[in-house]
Amino acid sequence: MTALIVENRFSDPDRAYRALIEAHRGLSDQKSAALNSRVVLILANHIGDLAVLQEALGLGKQSMEQTIPDPSRLKSND
Amino acid sequence: MNTRKVLYQFGYRRSPDQDCPSPVRHPVIVVGAGPIGLCTAIDLAQRGVPVVLLDDADRIGEGSRGICYSKRTLEILDRLGVAAPCLQKGVTWKIGKVFQRNDLLYAFDLLPEDGHKMPAFINLQQYYLEHALVKRAAELSNLDLRWRNKVIGLRRRNDGVTLTVETPEGAYDLDADWVVAADGARSAIRDMLGLAFRGEVFEDRFLIADVKMKGAFPPERWFWFDPPFHEGHSALLHKQPDDVWRIDLQLGPEADAKAEQSPERVIPRLRQMLGHEDFSLEWVSVYTFQCRRLERFVHGRVIFVGDAAHQVSPFGARGANSGIQDAENLAWKLALVMKGDAPGSLIDTYDLERSAAADENIGHSTRSTDFIAPRSAQELRFRDSVLALARHAPFAQRMVNSGRLSTPSTYETPLSTPDRDQWSSGLRPGAPLPDAPMLQRNGQPIWLLEALGGEETILHVQNGGTVPQGSRVLVIGEDLRDEHGFFMQRFDAKPGSTYLVRPDQHLAARWRSADPAAIEKASRRLKGFDGEHA
Repeated sequence: MTALIVENRFSDPDRAYRALIEAHRGLSDQKSAALNSRVVLILANHIGDLAVLQEALGLGKQSMEQTIPDPSRLKSND
Repeated sequence: MNTRKVLYQFGYRRSPDQDCPSPVRHPVIVVGAGPIGLCTAIDLAQRGVPVVLLDDADRIGEGSRGICYSKRTLEILDRLGVAAPCLQKGVTWKIGKVFQRNDLLYAFDLLPEDGHKMPAFINLQQYYLEHALVKRAAELSNLDLRWRNKVIGLRRRNDGVTLTVETPEGAYDLDADWVVAADGARSAIRDMLGLAFRGEVFEDRFLIADVKMKGAFPPERWFWFDPPFHEGHSALLHKQPDDVWRIDLQLGPEADAKAEQSPERVIPRLRQMLGHEDFSLEWVSVYTFQCRRLERFVHGRVIFVGDAAHQVSPFGARGANSGIQDAENLAWKLALVMKGDAPGSLIDTYDLERSAAADENIGHSTRSTDFIAPRSAQELRFRDSVLALARHAPFAQRMVNSGRLSTPSTYETPLSTPDRDQWSSGLRPGAPLPDAPMLQRNGQPIWLLEALGGEETILHVQNGGTVPQGSRVLVIGEDLRDEHGFFMQRFDAKPGSTYLVRPDQHLAARWRSADPAAIEKASRRLKGFDGEHA
């Protein structure tokens, strides 16, 4: 049985996304990675359910199999 | 490159005002004959207010510019008498598709509901809209449109404004009780008042190209993240009339604006996207986007509308659409105040209502631009993670943001009377009324919004009781019959239900039964008299 909720739960998902973007504005890449790690830990604890965490990790990994973001793309305009 | 074509040329004509020894005084002068200035002037003139409309140019048609007009805008244009030519010429669309690489991530249908006169959106080159508006303006004897009249000076007085206007035959002064500044994103009036225009500037450059071709694409909005033909960036394809297609390509922050506009650069890019070379360039421009606004839209007797008051990125079609809604919000208020039928403070509610709408539009537009044009490696990772997860999880699909298309604002306003009864439909006080197909007394069909027009109106559902009194009352069941039940459903109406509608077709108040004292109070309130806030 799946316990991970994958349906949208925000009344305004765009604002949630913007909150993430704003939190990282002005941070170096390293600091961003550090912030992300902390937030993952905070949210994992908030969820407090190892089965859900495992499922989230699985979904994340599954979605990486098709596309791997490449930050170097940001510089290439041609 | 210069592919710009002058489509419509108008002539400068000397005004008798220029021969007067002292400045002639006019009730309203609107500055700027773009879509927003024209709509403001036409709406005021239709409401019986004489208007002078000044424009520094004498032609329209420099580029397609704004191309998407929303349902609410079309409803307003209909009241102004220009929706028919726009609909006839425009490309009606309602399907949007979002792709990543070659794969369809999702599709949306903007108007899956019958019983509306206007479609969700039409695409139309801005110059066609402007041309229709100029034609309409010419029909109004109390609208005086003066081309090649450039405002070069502004002096504020307590009860009005004096403008200095430059023409090919020299400068002259005009007095106005009210000035409406509709002179665009680079508003000269704004500069003359020394007002700050603050907000966010986006670094990414975008190439906007209109190409003429016989395409096999359907009339839909197609948006790509990271398409194979334009790797690492976004692309948009949208159909316009005359076999013209709007193409919008993200170039990145370092792109050279000048070089990117050259045909040597543009044509290979488009060839890669379209897979052929069988097209000609109509218009090419390179842009960066801003989301910014004036802190206040009303400065004494000078009122700002459209891009002069607020500017957004184009993702979401919120520029012209919100500007036309500014025009409609302002026109009835200004007309009432000038006729002495409402207190001057009613104008402050233009600032209140349209400021909130501007913030809503800027918010949507900023969030869309953040998603479309990530600024750092981390933002790009978030964006690409959402796109990747969108194939697996519905929540991520909802976060994919290729532009949230313009919808009219529901005003949180002192002009509304709060509900005291229970209502279940989505309609709320402050919201624009939904349309519905009705039948007139003579059996002829009419749309609800056509029947309402631009006057304050009481809609009352017949229940055998006394019909409420007011300047204008339409009885549902007598004056208008709801043959298909759309009205009853969209208004959560029952026998006796009574609705007070503002002159801009937004809901001011509603009751389950007609109470003359409550209606009278709400009617005064919507005109800015003795609201419970005062």
